[in-house]
Amino acid sequence: MHPSSAEGTQDTVWVQEVAFIDSVPRWLAMSFVFLVFVGSWQLVTSLGIVSPIILPTPLETLNDMIFVGQNLMTGGYMLGSLWITIKEVIYGFALAIAIGFSLGVLVGETAFGEKAVMPYLVAIDTMPKVAFAPLFVAWLGFGIESKVALAAFIATFPIVVGTAAGLHSADENARMLFKTMGASRMQTLIKMKLPSGLPQVFTGLKIGAVGVMAGAITGEFLGGGKGFGELIRVAASQLNTPRVFSLILYLSLVGLALYVLVTWTQRKVVFWHKERVGAYDG
Amino acid sequence: MNAAVAQDYSGAPLGAPVYELTHVSKTYARNKVVALEDVSLTLRKGSFTSVIGSSGCGKSTLLKIMAGLIPPSKGRVVLQGNPVTGPRRDIGMMFQQATLFPWKTAVENIVLPIEIRDGKAAAKKAMDKAHELLEIVGLKGFENVYPNELSGGMAQRASICRMLITEPAVLLLDEPFSALDELSRDMMNMELQRICREQHATAFLVTHSIQEAVILSDEIVVMKPRPGRLAEIVEVDLPRPRTLDMMTTPKFGAIVDHIRGLLDKGEDM
Repeated sequence: MHPSSAEGTQDTVWVQEVAFIDSVPRWLAMSFVFLVFVGSWQLVTSLGIVSPIILPTPLETLNDMIFVGQNLMTGGYMLGSLWITIKEVIYGFALAIAIGFSLGVLVGETAFGEKAVMPYLVAIDTMPKVAFAPLFVAWLGFGIESKVALAAFIATFPIVVGTAAGLHSADENARMLFKTMGASRMQTLIKMKLPSGLPQVFTGLKIGAVGVMAGAITGEFLGGGKGFGELIRVAASQLNTPRVFSLILYLSLVGLALYVLVTWTQRKVVFWHKERVGAYDG
Repeated sequence: MNAAVAQDYSGAPLGAPVYELTHVSKTYARNKVVALEDVSLTLRKGSFTSVIGSSGCGKSTLLKIMAGLIPPSKGRVVLQGNPVTGPRRDIGMMFQQATLFPWKTAVENIVLPIEIRDGKAAAKKAMDKAHELLEIVGLKGFENVYPNELSGGMAQRASICRMLITEPAVLLLDEPFSALDELSRDMMNMELQRICREQHATAFLVTHSIQEAVILSDEIVVMKPRPGRLAEIVEVDLPRPRTLDMMTTPKFGAIVDHIRGLLDKGEDM
């Protein structure tokens, strides 16, 4: 039987060890990384390791961000520029969604699309899409149209791929079940394949949302205009690096907002699909 | 039990032939493999038939032909007097996976076959019946729950309801509980027996488990592979309702041994 010792009647309570680095709360961990980043930035600039013309100090950048922020808040010329870029992004994204989704359905649902259209899409997708910018400028001029085109062009492909992959993701049992229910092709597509594929569609949308931003700014770099990209280009040509930094930071807020919007929509629409925070893959 | 639920489309009396296969063969054109050779089979109203055999014996092919998913190469396939030339409302089917759609609640999943065949309005009308069916399978209170909150066994119960909602004349069961753990599986098999008896259902089960086939069936179709054909149709004359205790009786053991013997012979060929 049991050895009659003092421990014999005690509860088996012991402490499971958690490494300190894993036990730090999220806010503290994030603040720590931020401080390390800004601290080393300050160190590198104030010690003169890097010339201030190449890399401004964090404080200079902050001052410029305040200046740019005031200009934006008071409806200055920068607000007009930002609005132009936002319009390019919104129009570009809407266009990419419309075209990408339609092509995705064509490629994912029909044998014709998969056989005859997909190879060309893959071929175009492997091209460096930014290189098309001068063409868009030549075709559509220096206005926002050429930027919208480039933004949409870059964002379309991930949406095509996401949609097509989504339509293929429905499992064999679900297909068989719909067959036994006598469902038409359209019913199978709308009631089963599309909803099953929504997580992948949104994965495509998220990658597209990042691409659309890059497309709009690249378009402005190469095709002029009056957008935020142009402000960055001008500031850079004047070696006003603090301005470049602060403009990029404000621009990243726009990109972040778009990404959050897509993620939020995904949570509402694909409510049954739980995914990790910040995950790209559906 | 609600009388309206306890009916199916076949007004046929118990014991009358419901599903008849005569000299059915299937050769896949693609690779000229003979998947099924000269299978004749009759399912009678209210009977429970199982088909068992090693892999490659053609039981999936047989089931697909019976479901109207693929055409036979030869032979007659007749359900309730009409040849089966495609999926039909009077054929209910259940798979190894529950295959409930996560964007629909339990009842919405159950009325899906009605929604597909007759539209949204008809599906709405069928909601009451879906609630009754959920009660029959013991899922009362889970009507508006989404499938990811259901356990494997509960999901399969819901998929039983989805199969029954169109009041099919025949239930085709493709290893419906093989993905469940053994305890749930035994319990679900007893549930299945009870539901089939209450509904006077004509059921056809594909399984890998000899015990499962014997405890549930009136007749067991034992098949041999390459080419897939009937080895023997074994009658199971254990009394109804069956209980899990019966699995320890000598008679049960004798039937299991007999079927195992048939399957082993099949392996040698």
